[in-house]
Amino acid sequence: MTTQHTLSVLVENTPGVLARVSSLFMRRGFNIESLAVGPTEIPEISRMTIVVNVDELPLEQVTKQLNKLVNVLKIVELDSDAAVERELMLIKVKTDAATRGQVLETVQLFRAKVVDVATDAVTIEATGDSGKLNAMLKVLEPFGIREIAQSGRVAIGRGARSITDRSLRAVPGTQAG
Amino acid sequence: MTGQTTSSSIEASTTLTGAQSLVRALEHAEVEVIFGIPGGAILPAYDPLFDSSIRHILVRHEQGAGHAAQGYAMTTGRVGVCMATSGPGATNLVTAIADAYMDSVPIVAITGQVSSALIGTDGFQEADIRGITMPITKHSYLVTDPAQIPRVIAEAFHIAGTGRPGPVLVDIAKDALQAMTTFEWPNDLALPGYRPTTHPHGKQVREAARLIVESKRPVLYVGGGVIKANASAELLRLAEAYQVPVVTTLMALGAFPDSHELHLGMPGMHGSVAAVAALQKSDLLINLGARFDDRVTGNLDTFAPLAKVIHADIDPAEISKNRHADVPIVGDCQEVIADLQTVLDALAEDGEKGDFTAWRQQMLSLKAKYPVAYEPPAEGLAPQTVIERLSAIAGPEAVYVAGVGQHQMWSASFVDFERPRQWLNSGGAGTMGYAVPAAMGAQVGSPERVVWAIDGDGCFQMTNQELATCALEGIPVKVAVINNSSLGMVRQWQTLFYEGRYSNTDLNTGPESIGARRIPDFVKLADAYGCVGLRCDSLDDLDATIEKAMAITDRPVVIDFVVERDAMVWPMVAAGTSNDDIKIARDLAPEWEGDDL
Repeated sequence: MTTQHTLSVLVENTPGVLARVSSLFMRRGFNIESLAVGPTEIPEISRMTIVVNVDELPLEQVTKQLNKLVNVLKIVELDSDAAVERELMLIKVKTDAATRGQVLETVQLFRAKVVDVATDAVTIEATGDSGKLNAMLKVLEPFGIREIAQSGRVAIGRGARSITDRSLRAVPGTQAG
Repeated sequence: MTGQTTSSSIEASTTLTGAQSLVRALEHAEVEVIFGIPGGAILPAYDPLFDSSIRHILVRHEQGAGHAAQGYAMTTGRVGVCMATSGPGATNLVTAIADAYMDSVPIVAITGQVSSALIGTDGFQEADIRGITMPITKHSYLVTDPAQIPRVIAEAFHIAGTGRPGPVLVDIAKDALQAMTTFEWPNDLALPGYRPTTHPHGKQVREAARLIVESKRPVLYVGGGVIKANASAELLRLAEAYQVPVVTTLMALGAFPDSHELHLGMPGMHGSVAAVAALQKSDLLINLGARFDDRVTGNLDTFAPLAKVIHADIDPAEISKNRHADVPIVGDCQEVIADLQTVLDALAEDGEKGDFTAWRQQMLSLKAKYPVAYEPPAEGLAPQTVIERLSAIAGPEAVYVAGVGQHQMWSASFVDFERPRQWLNSGGAGTMGYAVPAAMGAQVGSPERVVWAIDGDGCFQMTNQELATCALEGIPVKVAVINNSSLGMVRQWQTLFYEGRYSNTDLNTGPESIGARRIPDFVKLADAYGCVGLRCDSLDDLDATIEKAMAITDRPVVIDFVVERDAMVWPMVAAGTSNDDIKIARDLAPEWEGDDL
């Protein structure tokens, strides 16, 4: 039984770093569930949020291997209890005069919003953790989902501390080598 | 491992080409020799190289350049350098880079790339060599800005040679070599994501010492990391002080003297009975710079079932990768062993010292009872005898470089290894064709030593074009071709596991007397390459032939040793089976006396 782990990986913002990381996952036989990359408060550093489905032991191996990449600066595993995790989803749902009201009600219920309206469809923007998004999809499904675009997960630790603080728990055994 | 490549001097900034900057950077990195072949994209670099103090050795195939850089690095402990052009030049380096990655050999591979405007357009001789080599390099660079060349070269040498050594690729676009730039050798390297841990953690070392003192059946399981860390003296001191038996893996042969009483041999698929048994029966594996490779462990589930594990390695990712470590120690093996000795000495002074006498005696009696031996054939020359005599005559001061296959395993078993860096081979990757070019690099790195390539007739045909390089460049390597007229190791497996159906393993390099056609004739081939070619097919002139080769110092020598083709490598743990099922000959298992071990 594997469990889902969310890794926050700080990397040097250099060409090819995404290829290095994804190639490492492939070579060591790990599947990436989701991957999101973006800038951080420091211009030279990018942050990758990687969600993997693995056991403890292979997780340790993959983080150790990741840490060996020269452009990888730090890896922190974010515990979902102590972190805010969000995904963004754009959903195009079939609507007609009869169903539009119900769809809009769902949108409100999930605190999502409508970002585009056509005569026979609406496009909804929703953010949340994957549990919320899945629940919303389930409710919308009967109306007819025409298209989905979903981002990878981004996550940040709760509280005042920053990932660059030493006190945040780094994944064990991940000194650079 | 140390070897800072940073220099305190900053060169005056003068205008020069990227190519000149590259050559100057290589001079700053104290490169003595480059193995390479020019071509379109790298051509600008070859012009200033023409005037440089750096020796360039023009090889005949880029793979040869890569293995030569490895051979140079393995004998000297320095970073080896190879150079090739874009596209096929670069892809021909791939095998050697992969080999260096598997065996942690520090090399820097410099490749020309098509001009930056052409990158991504499928230009002539374009290959994404950085992408291709990403999984087999420690790090890699694509340089399109000439101003970056000195920094990249300094970083490349630092990364290749420190921590767990490995190959670094530097791909440089042709226009970056041609453009004008300035040269500034970096004072400091800014590598925030690269901080190898060399000092072991004191607490871990103390825990390890505690386990050793409490153990009854410890064994020092020594890997190539001990050679890379130059830790042989420390290892000898530790083993002798506490009388712990030692096994040395294929990559560690010579790290501990074969002749030493405590040395049980090599563990693994073709290891000695005593070395395999020591791991299987041990209650404490003290792994120093080895990596629980599948060729050592056999079936992991039944490997060393009774043992706790201390695992010291400079690469944290090796620890608990294949086998859980009870005490992990990240650090340089030299420091780890020295620290361990200090703690053990202190414990011993307090009267806490393990007693391993009974265990040691059991292992030493196994070693005496089951030496790695062979049955000489009724007629013909035994390959093992050739290697034994070669070792006896050339001695441990010579360097021995093997290819991959039966001759490699016989060399591992029958050459007398007494010192580190005496033995070079392709251990992890198992690259046939490694021997001749690696021997060439070893000879360049150690001109004062005799260098013997011990090669198979299959391996030799993969890379023997470098004999031309050796002959022309005054690199007097000696090549012993253990010629059994077949892909011997594959044939052995066909004998054992495929009912003797010899599908595509007959190479026809043997004499007519066995129905072969002697294509090619290795003596004539040697002659064609300006080398001395000798042939030996009987015990009677074995020593004389080797001595004749030893007397030739002005050019390469190739000896075609025509050996009996049915000889097999024993002992053997069949692939995927348990080490407990080791066979010392076909269908013959050792007798484990006293299961009370």
